[in-house]
Amino acid sequence: MLRAIWLILRKDLTVEFRSREIATTTVFFAVSCVLAFAFALVREGQAPEDGAAGILWIAIMFAGNLALGRTFERERQAETLRALMLVPAPRPAVYLGKLAGIVLLLAATEVLLVPLVALLFQAGLLARPFWLVGVVAAGTIGFATVGTLFAAMLVRARSRDVLLPVLLYPVTVPVIIAGVRATAALAQPDVDLGIVQFWLALLVAFDVVFLTLALWTFEPVMTE
Amino acid sequence: MTGVDFDEISCAGVSRHFGRRHAVSRVSFDAPRGTILGLLGPNGAGKSTLLAILATLLRASAGEVRYGRFDASAGPSLRARIGVLGHDLFLYPELTAFENLALFAGLYGVPGRGARARAALDSAGLADRADDPVSSLSRGMRQRVALERALIHAPRLALLDEPFTGLDDASTAALVARLGSLREGGAIVVLATHDLDVAEGLLDHAIFLREGRVVEALARPGGLRSTYRSVMGR
Repeated sequence: MLRAIWLILRKDLTVEFRSREIATTTVFFAVSCVLAFAFALVREGQAPEDGAAGILWIAIMFAGNLALGRTFERERQAETLRALMLVPAPRPAVYLGKLAGIVLLLAATEVLLVPLVALLFQAGLLARPFWLVGVVAAGTIGFATVGTLFAAMLVRARSRDVLLPVLLYPVTVPVIIAGVRATAALAQPDVDLGIVQFWLALLVAFDVVFLTLALWTFEPVMTE
Repeated sequence: MTGVDFDEISCAGVSRHFGRRHAVSRVSFDAPRGTILGLLGPNGAGKSTLLAILATLLRASAGEVRYGRFDASAGPSLRARIGVLGHDLFLYPELTAFENLALFAGLYGVPGRGARARAALDSAGLADRADDPVSSLSRGMRQRVALERALIHAPRLALLDEPFTGLDDASTAALVARLGSLREGGAIVVLATHDLDVAEGLLDHAIFLREGRVVEALARPGGLRSTYRSVMGR
């Protein structure tokens, strides 16, 4: 199973390295989104309180939706998802391989996005880097866990581009709330780590619950 | 991964419907080792749906498919013994021909996947194009790579959907010879095709499908074109 996950992940990264299609569109979209909010909200060097946290997570989620759609569109074009369903690895391995690829792609975008948001909104996001990495990683994994399952389910649906955000955003509302609140707490001059821990625990719980559900449902969902 | 093994496949009253549309209705047949079975019929006859059911990609709405002692619930170990060439090629266009074959050899647990991929490209006559992206190959070349991908793990059951599409005469002859060697090797080959001229003399069994139903089944069929015209015109 681990070998299949690794092979699928490596394949996704190789394809992306050659085409740079998803990384380019995701990064451009996320940066444009942050720049638009910065020009709209930052007045005379003053950003609205907690604005940075909200805008960071909006950019991550919109960029994530874009990446999810394109990743599975690629698998649909030559029906390669079917080929992956046919290999003798447990089908959840296919899910985990795709999930790992999406998480890595989003992580690469976030490496650029977080300092940009911190700079433009003059937010102290980087004061507690390890906590921030934990919050962003847990939130990204939660979002991608649900998104990968939905994107795979919708790969044959005619209106998949519309249905993916319609299904994904309501289910991932807890990720948005917890991610924004934890990030906002980290951006305060006097960080209350108790608040950060609470929201981080919620994110981890979300990840565990939805990863378990996704692994459980992926095979029956994809067999039809 | 070697997987389970089986000596025959059998379909008993297999049906599949999508909503109110019946794609396959009560199809039954057996195919032992060393057999090439052809599914013949016009577009929409249910050939691809039947192949998807045999490949375990779709569940039958009714009836049963058995792979020797096993059924589709055998899961990964059964899939290790099935090779599928789809109507689409199941290849990543950004990867090279070699990378595609090595990827699937790895996913099927073939030992020495790099060497196996090189050997497969040799067999397809594409050794000199091994490191070219699949997107740069002609349709016929891609079809040959796709066939090697389907057979890279030496499956017991090979399911081929329109395998002659895009092939020139020489490649078609090579594929016919390859299918013959699969038969000699004890594989069960199920192929859906419109190319009756090529199928003539190749098939051990022919099943004629129309609107999801078997309208004729012949052993050692001859005169496929006239039979086809006759049964489809009924």
